[in-house]
Amino acid sequence: MNQRIRKGIIAFSFLLVTAPLLAQDKYFTKSGSIGFVSKGNIETIQANHRSVTCVLDSRTGALQFAVLMKGFEFKKALMQEHFNENYVESDKYPKAEFRGQVVNNSDIAYTKDGEYKAHVKGKLTLHGQTKDVEADGKINVKNGKLVANSVFTILMSDYNISIPNLVKENMSNTVTITVNCTLDPLKS
Amino acid sequence: MTTITRILFFACVSLLTGNVIKAQDQDLLKLVDSSKGTEPAWAAAAFKSTRVINGQSMELLGKGVLDVRILHRFGLINDGAKELFGLDQASMRIGLDYGITSNLTVGAGRSTLNKELDGFVKWRPIRQSVNGGSPVSVIWVSGVTVHTMPWADTTRKNKFSSRVAYYHEVIIGRKFSNAFSLQLSPIFVHRNLVTNADDENNTWALGIGGRLKLSKRTAFVVDYHPILSGREPGTKDPLSVGFDIETGGHVFQLHFSNSTGMNEKAFLTGTYDDFWKGDIRFGFNLSRVFQVGKKH
Repeated sequence: MNQRIRKGIIAFSFLLVTAPLLAQDKYFTKSGSIGFVSKGNIETIQANHRSVTCVLDSRTGALQFAVLMKGFEFKKALMQEHFNENYVESDKYPKAEFRGQVVNNSDIAYTKDGEYKAHVKGKLTLHGQTKDVEADGKINVKNGKLVANSVFTILMSDYNISIPNLVKENMSNTVTITVNCTLDPLKS
Repeated sequence: MTTITRILFFACVSLLTGNVIKAQDQDLLKLVDSSKGTEPAWAAAAFKSTRVINGQSMELLGKGVLDVRILHRFGLINDGAKELFGLDQASMRIGLDYGITSNLTVGAGRSTLNKELDGFVKWRPIRQSVNGGSPVSVIWVSGVTVHTMPWADTTRKNKFSSRVAYYHEVIIGRKFSNAFSLQLSPIFVHRNLVTNADDENNTWALGIGGRLKLSKRTAFVVDYHPILSGREPGTKDPLSVGFDIETGGHVFQLHFSNSTGMNEKAFLTGTYDDFWKGDIRFGFNLSRVFQVGKKH
């Protein structure tokens, strides 16, 4: 066989082999959970979401979340209706997204079991508004899976979510968000 | 020379491919299509309340929700200042509705008018969906009313069944946009006993209910029930216009209407005032919901 062609084939095979290898550095879930609590003087608003999509690229540290707003489950049916209709306006803004980066990605050994601290920075889009968000969390590597946890706070006013004057005294502008996702390797 | 060209060529290809992979990193979420397998998204809150004003709306209560309803209808506004524009006279209904499931609501109440008890079952077999399901919601309502007044004619043999009336209704409604909802509801009322021998026992009407949202928490509503057949002599078509005001768990429905009755039988066969001649009453529905049962 012509040596040049052989070299070409080797180079090409190299490409074929490496591409899927790179892809396997990604982890994902479609059933992550995100909860939020807002504790006001009278009214505590609390909801959970159990089908959050999250993708993490362990090679670059890129981390992204997508949440369908209508998927937040409240204990009170009417509260859920008001959340969607009056506060986050789910028909107009059906999705919330986070696109960011694990800042200390090189500190995390994704192939080695253990618990690692993660510092995440990025942009959160909610109710049509995009704001910078920073959060500390933990990534637990176990048997090839990642368990990611974080708690951080946002302000409703940052995202143009207005509280009517009538209930302003009863409710809080601060929302505490809890993230808990188990990510599996993404096979492409 | 050619070898170098080839190597360069492959280097370029590798770089390009590398770029492609990197570009994918920009939108990792696309790798896992999250739009698939989502549950149907229902059109929610076509009306603020389970009643348009007098008639049932296409809304049901959530599962485990108890709705305490206090309704008032006052006297005629054109009675003037002497009667404080009708506010001196008040007719009321107090009732409780409960959501057994998200598609089944039951309710009962008692009105001061004719000292009447009423109960109903409301079931939604078809629900409007915003992602490819049904374009309308279809709701079935069946109710019974029992008046507990002393017998008007004590000389005849009075049976309990004479106190009873029934109504059945199908509501077909659609939330056209966030602001606008419209529903049509053919309704049938059967009274076991009517006042005069030649009065009709069966009355048919067509309910027309509409809502136009004015802001996030207020809406303008119209509730009209033209009588199609079996009209009780002397009665007019019930027409009500009003505003829904929502504050947290409360809904206030303030309205102007020509009818006093607060159940289907009462307002369809007992509305004697003519809206267009200015015989209008002020009234309000107050609704307070409590989540008493588990939502799941």
